[in-house]
Amino acid sequence: MTKPKFGVVVFPGSNCDHDAYYVLKHILHQDTEFLWHKDSSLQGSDVVILPGGFSYGDYLRCGAIAQFSPVMKEVVSFAQQGGIVIGICNGFQILCEAGLLQGVLLRNEGLKFVCKVVNLLVENADTRFTSQCQSGEVLRIPIAHGEGNYFADDETLQRLEDNKQILFRYCERGGTITKASNPNGSCNNIAGIINEAGNIMGLMPHPERAADTVLGYTDGQKIFSSLIESFVVHEQLADS
Amino acid sequence: MYLAKIIVTLRKSILDPQGKAVHHALDSLGMNAVSEVRMGKYVEMKVNSSSKEEAESVTENACRKLLANPVMEDFLYSVEKL
Repeated sequence: MTKPKFGVVVFPGSNCDHDAYYVLKHILHQDTEFLWHKDSSLQGSDVVILPGGFSYGDYLRCGAIAQFSPVMKEVVSFAQQGGIVIGICNGFQILCEAGLLQGVLLRNEGLKFVCKVVNLLVENADTRFTSQCQSGEVLRIPIAHGEGNYFADDETLQRLEDNKQILFRYCERGGTITKASNPNGSCNNIAGIINEAGNIMGLMPHPERAADTVLGYTDGQKIFSSLIESFVVHEQLADS
Repeated sequence: MYLAKIIVTLRKSILDPQGKAVHHALDSLGMNAVSEVRMGKYVEMKVNSSSKEEAESVTENACRKLLANPVMEDFLYSVEKL
């Protein structure tokens, strides 16, 4: 299986599902399908994407209701068996609510919905989501959220730091981590993390919105290309 | 039938910018006696059950599984017979 099959989950209220599908299918030419929230099968997907949006209207808490939808039962067991899952924005919130990633996304510190391109420092390029980046590289990718303020208790934060589970931090253009470059008040400027096993990633920025040359920047492609490449590498390792 | 009244609040250790903004507005209205504001959620549930204990147990379970996220929220509730 050198070419992974992607499944993009569609919840009522998802609004970045088509962007993710478009990038994977038409720009990166991957086998990609939509997965409806009522589906109880992942249709043989090798990678599941939980896209951005406002699943179930963000009622109660962002991601709180989506975590109990039929498809999420499958996603949770898929992820627990090592399946690859990416949660973007609302998808990150869902992964945290479902307990697949640690911490939670609180209301932005400034209370406002923030929609802009941010600078992201790649902290760990040694994962299957970031291998096409360099550690210390700065990516330009947009954010668009009202609840992206990453919070976890001190013990959890320390563990994330120690295990190099923090993949991306908000930074200045030159890569310096500052309070001013933190758009939402996230602990330690955290923008994206992986689980300890390295198969589940959640991030607030939208790589799928920075993957088409027409839009002026393509840094987001690096994340998807890293993942696609990782399947080729894994296959070669398995063969040798 | 029982009525459960549930209050979900942000944990003390979590900053509440919304509460701060409301506090600021109260302050500018001249209500300087207000020293802190914390925002939360109020939920009412009608629970079909044969005893108060059972209704409490359903309510507790609902809070733990869905209504509150223990990473950031605390909850308290009361249950009364309708």
